[in-house]
Amino acid sequence: MKRKYISRHSLMNCLKKVQTDGISLYAPVTRGEQTDFRFITSVDDLSFDSVQTVRSAKAVAFPCSEKLFSYTKEKNDVQLQDYNPDVLPEVLVFGLHPCDAVGFGPLGSIFNWDTQDKPYNERRKRLTLISLACTRADEYCFCTSVGGGPGNTEGSDIQLTPIQEDGYLAEIITDKGNEWYEKYSSFFEEAAEDIRKENYLVEIPVKFNIEEVERKMTELFESDIWQLQSERCIGCGACAFVCPTCACFDIQEDAHGNTGNRIRCWDSCGFALFTLHTSGDNPRSTQSQRWRQRLMHKFSYMPERLTVVGCTGCGRCSRACPVDMNLSDNLKMFNYE
Amino acid sequence: MNDLISQVQSLLENKTIDIFIGYEKGTRKPRPAFVSKAEEAGKLIFNENCSGNLAVYLTRKDLVEGKKVGIAASYYTLKNIILLFDENQLKEDHLRIITLSEKGEIQLLQSLEEIKQRLKEMSAPAKADEEEWVRKIDAMTVSERWAFWTEELSRCFKCYACRAACPMCYCTKCIVEINRPQWIQPWASVFSNMDWQINRVMHMAGRCSDCGACGAACPVGIPIHLLSHKMAEAVKENFGEPDEKGNVLSTFKPDDKENFIV
Amino acid sequence: MNNNIYLPYLMIIEKIVEEAPGVKTFRLKFKDEEEAKEFKFKAGQFGEYSAFGEGECTFCIASPPTREGYIECTFREAGKVTSTLAAMEEGETMGFRGPFGNTFPMDEWKGKNLLFIAGGIALPPLRCVIWNALDMRDHFKNIQILYGAKSVADLVYKRELKEWEERPDVQLTVTVDPGGETPDWKGEIGFVPSILEKLGPSAENTIAIVCGPPVMIKFSFPVLDKLGFKSENIYTTLENRMKCGVGKCGRCNVGKMYVCKDGPVFSRALLETLPAEY
Repeated sequence: MKRKYISRHSLMNCLKKVQTDGISLYAPVTRGEQTDFRFITSVDDLSFDSVQTVRSAKAVAFPCSEKLFSYTKEKNDVQLQDYNPDVLPEVLVFGLHPCDAVGFGPLGSIFNWDTQDKPYNERRKRLTLISLACTRADEYCFCTSVGGGPGNTEGSDIQLTPIQEDGYLAEIITDKGNEWYEKYSSFFEEAAEDIRKENYLVEIPVKFNIEEVERKMTELFESDIWQLQSERCIGCGACAFVCPTCACFDIQEDAHGNTGNRIRCWDSCGFALFTLHTSGDNPRSTQSQRWRQRLMHKFSYMPERLTVVGCTGCGRCSRACPVDMNLSDNLKMFNYE
Repeated sequence: MNDLISQVQSLLENKTIDIFIGYEKGTRKPRPAFVSKAEEAGKLIFNENCSGNLAVYLTRKDLVEGKKVGIAASYYTLKNIILLFDENQLKEDHLRIITLSEKGEIQLLQSLEEIKQRLKEMSAPAKADEEEWVRKIDAMTVSERWAFWTEELSRCFKCYACRAACPMCYCTKCIVEINRPQWIQPWASVFSNMDWQINRVMHMAGRCSDCGACGAACPVGIPIHLLSHKMAEAVKENFGEPDEKGNVLSTFKPDDKENFIV
Repeated sequence: MNNNIYLPYLMIIEKIVEEAPGVKTFRLKFKDEEEAKEFKFKAGQFGEYSAFGEGECTFCIASPPTREGYIECTFREAGKVTSTLAAMEEGETMGFRGPFGNTFPMDEWKGKNLLFIAGGIALPPLRCVIWNALDMRDHFKNIQILYGAKSVADLVYKRELKEWEERPDVQLTVTVDPGGETPDWKGEIGFVPSILEKLGPSAENTIAIVCGPPVMIKFSFPVLDKLGFKSENIYTTLENRMKCGVGKCGRCNVGKMYVCKDGPVFSRALLETLPAEY
């Protein structure tokens, strides 16, 4: 792995150059009290200081709603127009934290186990991820409890760590990161040998033992702990929609007369109607069953089927929850002796 | 707080109620908590920071069906309780209400009459932020307003937290879930997001307590509570204060204004 | 990577059969002959059927893989998509994605007796296996079918029931719920589980394949227990709500299984290891 240095000033110039090279920039922007990912036109809008964006960066590869193909009906015949990846932009995702970069792992696993998901893969392969290691955290962060960390480089192509007011240590992690670095190397300087990255990172306490949680959760499948935890859950989709790894979706039709598009859009296992049969039967008819499904899927089913935990410890679900369903607090309840 | 705890304990012990819906310490602010056993009441708190509208749980069948319920009620929760009574969603002898006096003292309300009386004595909590927003929006031209809401609603991803947090959104099948015909596109897009919010707010006409729970619940910070607030203002201006006969959409008076019908 | 798993095949509706009130069978042919040649499936698999302009819905492939050149589906008009499909006519074009899911382990069943138990609109998934077995009749010993519906009118595949009834190598019993019989009804009257108990088929070297409404399955399992059927010799199909059909959209996830990938065919032994979320 290459280690370089880049000043804040050079970084901004570099990002401007990236934009003039025709690459879209997806990065955190602060508006009012919230910071969120947006496609930005001016690098001056960039926000470097937020602990966490409201939404994860997943929408850049798995949009909230997306066309899967189009159709045209003519009398008895139908013509199909396949998904067209050629219109997709090259995107630099800048300033995402390690918990977001690592989230593309589980997301990719869901979309690619057994069969390949073309819309996701076409978008994903056009992304370059330059993450920002964490020098700040809040009480909702728990990446260190799910195998991550404030300086975790997994998933990032390049990672920047703020080492002084106006400069960053740049770690060039993947081949893609290296290609990107080679292209923009003039903005970088050599990094001092003695920079110790961990000195600059925030400390995030470990809240629970993930293996223990997974084991207990499976054991307690029939227990009333789920009912207890989920009592105040009001069954909205906020947690799923801000999550970097939640991938449940619906398929819908956007019809306009004889033409139309088949659309895929975000959905959530927490919604009461998610599993409702046309017959009226609902296999997960209570909120506690749906809460259990959400947790079991992330912490038991995904590890077993996809060998990856469906949670990166970003804490977004807990920050977004209207009734403070704090995920790490609830997970701690499974980690007892 | 001991007053609250002992009050709830005795209500549970003498079986006046089966469950108490209140608040406990949360991550950053108090959060909803449910107590069915007297010995669990110790976790309860109730103070001016307890702002979430607990009335949303009063129509949750899995939680309260067939039970006698106690609830910690702030100003807006009380207002919603009245509205839910008006819509026949609550039974008077099944509800005990604990509210806070101006001095922060715990008060027990035992009947609909007492709630109404108490509400008359109380004044609505100040909402400085909201007033500021309303002033800004009122000052906008129609096209500026359109641009403002287009921009705001472009962030909506249809998680329906607004609906889930609203005590008056108790329909078992929401309009967004009806697909024959499909009134509202189920995926997020600026116009279908507007469709959803316009329908939500229309459905709230004359039924909204103006508690702001919808806006507070929105994870992406869209000030949708302003829509319900403006709707409440418009209803009041045009149709007067609500009365016991029902809300503006479910009642008809011969002298109702019709100038809004195109 | 070049294949879009969400893009359907275009299918022409070749033939429509009205099976029962609100229930139709479509025979579908591939519009593209190349696609028709490449298409292979096995008994038990399902697909996502499109009415362009309305969306997709999930049915099993009701025709057997031994009859090549077409597929059939049988569905009841219930929701948005099925109502639109039901209004379509022969010659019109619809969409099909599939085949998806696992299959009945018919190779393992060779040399055994097959006992089919079906209720109502759940005969289609078994019809595929029944014809598959009958088209390779020598491989199986006794083939016994017990089929029940609410009323005589609700029985599907009436022509085929007659055909099976006339075949000497099939034992068919058809029953309707009490009150569902017509004056000239010659079959059984009673619910499937009680007729099953009355028939008392032997569990010896026999595979039971059970498909029907949840209540029928719930009450048939104890009867099979009593008859001595082991869990691993009982098969059923799950009908969880699905959208993608390829293990991604999350809807049909039951425990660590995806009904669309690990099912829809489950042995009862495997079902018993899953949470009851189906």
